Amino acid sequence: MSLTQRAADPAALRRKRARERWCTLGFLSPWLVGFSVFFGYPLLATVYFSFMHYNQIEPPTFVGLRNWAYVLTQMPLFGPALWNTVWLVVVMVALRVAFGLGVGLLVTKIKAGVGFFRTAFYIPYLAPPVAATVAFVFLLNPGTGPVNGLLARIGIHAPNWFNDPAWAKPSLVLLSLWGIGDLMVIFMAALLDVPREQYEAAELDGAGPLSRFRYVTWPNITPIVMFAVVTGVVQTMQYYTQALVAGKLASGVTIGPGSQIQPGYPDHSTLTVPQLVWSLGFQNFNTGAACVLSLVLFALAMAVTTLLMRKRAGLLAAED
Amino acid sequence: MACPRTRSRTTAIAAAVAALAALAPLAGCANPSVGSARDDPDAPVTLTFWHGWSEKSEVKAIDDSIARFEKLHPNIHVKAVGNVDDATMNQALRAGGDDAPDVVSSFTTTNVGQFCSSGMWADLDPFLHKSRIAKRKLFPRTLVDYTQYRGKQCALPLLADAYGLYYNKDAFRRAGIRRPPHTMSELKRDAAKLTVRRKGGGYRRVGFMPNFRLYQNSPPRLFAQWGPRYFDGRGRSRLSRDPDTRDYFRTTNALLKAQGGYRALERFRTTFGDEMSSQNAFLTGKLAMHMDGEWRGLMLQQAGAKFHWGTAPLPVPDDRPGTYGRGFLTGTVAGIANSSRHQNAAWELLRFLTTDTRQVVRFSNAIHNVPSTRPALKSPRLDADPRFRTFVHIARNPHSSAEPPTVNGGQFTTAFQDFGYDVESGKVRDLRKGLRALDARIDADTLQARN
Repeated sequence: MSLTQRAADPAALRRKRARERWCTLGFLSPWLVGFSVFFGYPLLATVYFSFMHYNQIEPPTFVGLRNWAYVLTQMPLFGPALWNTVWLVVVMVALRVAFGLGVGLLVTKIKAGVGFFRTAFYIPYLAPPVAATVAFVFLLNPGTGPVNGLLARIGIHAPNWFNDPAWAKPSLVLLSLWGIGDLMVIFMAALLDVPREQYEAAELDGAGPLSRFRYVTWPNITPIVMFAVVTGVVQTMQYYTQALVAGKLASGVTIGPGSQIQPGYPDHSTLTVPQLVWSLGFQNFNTGAACVLSLVLFALAMAVTTLLMRKRAGLLAAED
Repeated sequence: MACPRTRSRTTAIAAAVAALAALAPLAGCANPSVGSARDDPDAPVTLTFWHGWSEKSEVKAIDDSIARFEKLHPNIHVKAVGNVDDATMNQALRAGGDDAPDVVSSFTTTNVGQFCSSGMWADLDPFLHKSRIAKRKLFPRTLVDYTQYRGKQCALPLLADAYGLYYNKDAFRRAGIRRPPHTMSELKRDAAKLTVRRKGGGYRRVGFMPNFRLYQNSPPRLFAQWGPRYFDGRGRSRLSRDPDTRDYFRTTNALLKAQGGYRALERFRTTFGDEMSSQNAFLTGKLAMHMDGEWRGLMLQQAGAKFHWGTAPLPVPDDRPGTYGRGFLTGTVAGIANSSRHQNAAWELLRFLTTDTRQVVRFSNAIHNVPSTRPALKSPRLDADPRFRTFVHIARNPHSSAEPPTVNGGQFTTAFQDFGYDVESGKVRDLRKGLRALDARIDADTLQARN
């Protein structure tokens, strides 16, 4: 039997394909196990518990859509928490990306003291989130903080920062911009990776700085911008620690053993969906409602990411 | 030929999904083990006791109490774990396991409903009955009420906290005020008199700050002066139906207005130091009168306050002067974990800590809390400082009240608190409408917890 005849044998072909499939599955199995255990199962369990009354001690009982109705129509904190999360996603991510890119451009253009500036911009990122937030709340304290004292000396009536519902979220954005080191490094690497000859060709064609940025820099760094935006959206949707610490410290309310932490000070302006999930799930043990909120957050993250991943969003190059 | 392959792929996917779905109910298997009360309390055993005290002096006081217990019960060794909050305890008791505590305590009386209804804390009535302890005779009524839920006594009071008024005697003398206020009108008048403003704006001192975010000023604390009933017989919130609720918020708003308004006072509040530090606003003289618990007296003594201070019951509404002397009560509650396999031995420890008069008095004197049994409240061994005795009298006052335990713990307090913040900041234009919405929120939360 010739080789051609053997290859054409349908049974042998099927066996070969099956072997290949098993081989592929074998290589994929570590990821599949991880995905199933740490993503698939929790996701399915979350869907399951969203239809259950479950206080984490008695067996779950089916309650239909009651948890959904409670969260979407009867829980007054859902609206503010969702609004704050969306606000932070839109404003904080946009400003962080723009500021990170700006700082990246700055440190790639600087001729002298490059090492100093790169270090100076990067170091704040290394500060632990809680410590950085404590420092910011102290600096921006409307009564005793040095920032307001300084502004008052030059005749500026400073806001109440973390103590004012209108300024609490912008203050958190300021805190996040201070710690821009991570994005600065990413953008700096991307900017240094843009081929020099493209800039030279653009210059020969008479392109000015703005045109060079628009037609050379931007198309080269869009995948990195995309990465920064998507990871920023996902991180901001999980925003928890800084808002909780800032709210707690600024409120001045003492949290002793036994007392519950009430996130969101002032006037729920810093309450985020993850904080509400934690409060519902692990303070009130209202597992069903917490699962509903988690699913809403998941759907929101999926929707935003899908929108961004569309080619028309302008963040994906044609070859992507 | 494509068909079989498609079918097999579909089958594989369906199988994977089914397998994942089958796993889902497993997440509900965190039910704790159920313990037993069949152990011999005279057999050698090690008990684990979780409590929330964290201050050095408080930890020493509870450790001394345990040492006294171990001397009386040489067969029982107690391993005490401090600084445990309710969230940790709730999660640990839900998870179960060998390291779970036998005896548990909490500083949050409103969580008793959650502890009882979930079955995490054991019913203590059989133990009380076995030891022939008449709980109504031994403990003041309010304390018995906040340690049970729907007739199930799953906690006992382990010392109590009473709230009263601390006032700066020097500031009173300089303002020509002879005694602390007895009614809300007097409070408003005196607070305005005691408030000292700075020339360029702001304050040097505020008479009485009613802002709900100040230290211990959670709305239910001062509301206790009206003797509120939060729920009706069917467990529905009745705040909008009670004219006292509206009177309460009108009173606090009038207090704010008399001293410069909410915004100015809130701005001044941001200059205050930590409540439990030497920068406490009453200790630094920024407040002339202040609502606080009995523990503050010991702290003022230890910090060496640079002014003369006194204590008094908080004022009452003008139309009920006969109730003067009342106050808000709360306290530490202790119980036995339902998962404990040494419940009889655990009961011996709990009985000693909560019902032994001599022990209750000694512990009370050590941490400057109000004793929680009737004999201890009358004990001559109790700290004789009249400034501390004020709080003992508040605890004994029949009009004093506490927050009711509910199925979802302090969730109604949170809702009431949120509403209070909105009222004081002027966000609630129509009080009646706002209170009806608050009732609806509390009822929805309760229904959601019961389901």
